[in-house]
Amino acid sequence: MIAIVDYRAGNLTSVGRALSFLGVAWKVTRDPALLGGAERIVIPGVGAAGAAMESLREAGLDRELARQFAAGKPMLGICLGCQIVLGHSEENDTVCLNLIAGRVRAFPEALRDPAGRALKIPHMGWNTLRRRRPHPIFEGLAAEEAFYFVHGFYPQPEDPACVLAESDHGIVFPAVIGRGSLVAVQFHPEKSGRPGLRLLENFCRWVPCGGGEAASC
Amino acid sequence: MLSKRIIVCLDVRDGRTTKGIRFRENIDVGDPVAMARHYYEQGADEIVFYDITASAERRGILIEVVRRVAETIFIPFSVGGGIRSVGDMREVLLAGAEKVSVNSAALRRPELIDEGAAAFGRQCIVLGMDVLRVGVRPGIPSGYEVVIDGGRVPTGRDALAWAEEAQARGAGEICLNSIDADGTQEGYELAITARMASRVGIPVIASGGAGRPEHLREVLTRGGADAALIASLVHFGTWTIPDIKSALQRWGVPVRMRW
Repeated sequence: MIAIVDYRAGNLTSVGRALSFLGVAWKVTRDPALLGGAERIVIPGVGAAGAAMESLREAGLDRELARQFAAGKPMLGICLGCQIVLGHSEENDTVCLNLIAGRVRAFPEALRDPAGRALKIPHMGWNTLRRRRPHPIFEGLAAEEAFYFVHGFYPQPEDPACVLAESDHGIVFPAVIGRGSLVAVQFHPEKSGRPGLRLLENFCRWVPCGGGEAASC
Repeated sequence: MLSKRIIVCLDVRDGRTTKGIRFRENIDVGDPVAMARHYYEQGADEIVFYDITASAERRGILIEVVRRVAETIFIPFSVGGGIRSVGDMREVLLAGAEKVSVNSAALRRPELIDEGAAAFGRQCIVLGMDVLRVGVRPGIPSGYEVVIDGGRVPTGRDALAWAEEAQARGAGEICLNSIDADGTQEGYELAITARMASRVGIPVIASGGAGRPEHLREVLTRGGADAALIASLVHFGTWTIPDIKSALQRWGVPVRMRW
């Protein structure tokens, strides 16, 4: 069973529906005790960092997620759930989970494309990835595959080795990050068609080697 | 690089898909769940359901359609038509839609945009806007007036001014539909689309008038639109989404080619 962490922010059922389509059992929960029993954990996300972290702390989920990460449980962060795994977010000046050292930054204003046209923020729509490191999450996915993004902030790990793939929107930014048993994607795999479903399926099959605190495999 | 989005619009009445030609003579082209699935598999980047159900008591059918669509397609889709309150928005978002589109109700009570953005985030709120070319006149400096209730009722509001207000209130996108171009298949209304796309900082979806892939090329380049809405172009089988996307790619317009 996959536990989908409920921090009262996002559309939690869309990830669940994609997992159901893949034939994977899941449960939305705010109960820290249930995370221990789950095979895998998904931290979904739509919403703001401040409210999300407050909600996690209120339920004691912040400490439990850190414990599960240390124990090497496979974890997937999605969108906001990809940002709050870092140490700090510029959104609402929020102290986050710090499972991966780094910061969440806002896209700079007045970004322009190569032709000089103003780029819109949030970065909304389909964009491709540039792989930085191989990872089982990418299995069976072609390099030119596009994924659906909706975000005004992006994750910036301190250690470049934690950046698994990048995307670009006026600037190049980390789009997939990971460390140990945690992998986190800035886009929405549950809304990214067949490639997104494949990525979710890859996560469901992934057996990380070593504990969560291991820097990499 | 961010792709330009090709969005397929399905008009739904009482749980069935239709396509209105200039808002008259609706032709039934099928079951919305099957149609959505078809376009998802063909490579649509997004799907919009526009509910034109006449009676309030049949609205529940739409929610059931949304729920069934959400179980089978895994790209963003939005629902518009008859959304008048945060409660209406919550109902379609919980059923599985990614976004809601508000139009006439937001013009009558603009706070609806603020309330929706506060409750669900601005990325969920699309402002739909039907505009009519009326020429420059007092109160309408752009020459395009917003019309509501399916294009029948003039409002005296200027299209660009309303777009700016909606953005300030929390709209995450604007879907700009030209009544003059809608159903003509002679091309999108480029002038107002280009002006709106450069005026607001949120994505603009061009709607109304697509008859050939060239029309999408024009509106996504010269028109500055971030996305193009299509309906008849694909509903009648004249063109397929892969045809349109291949043509756009050939012309250098960035589109998602693998799905």
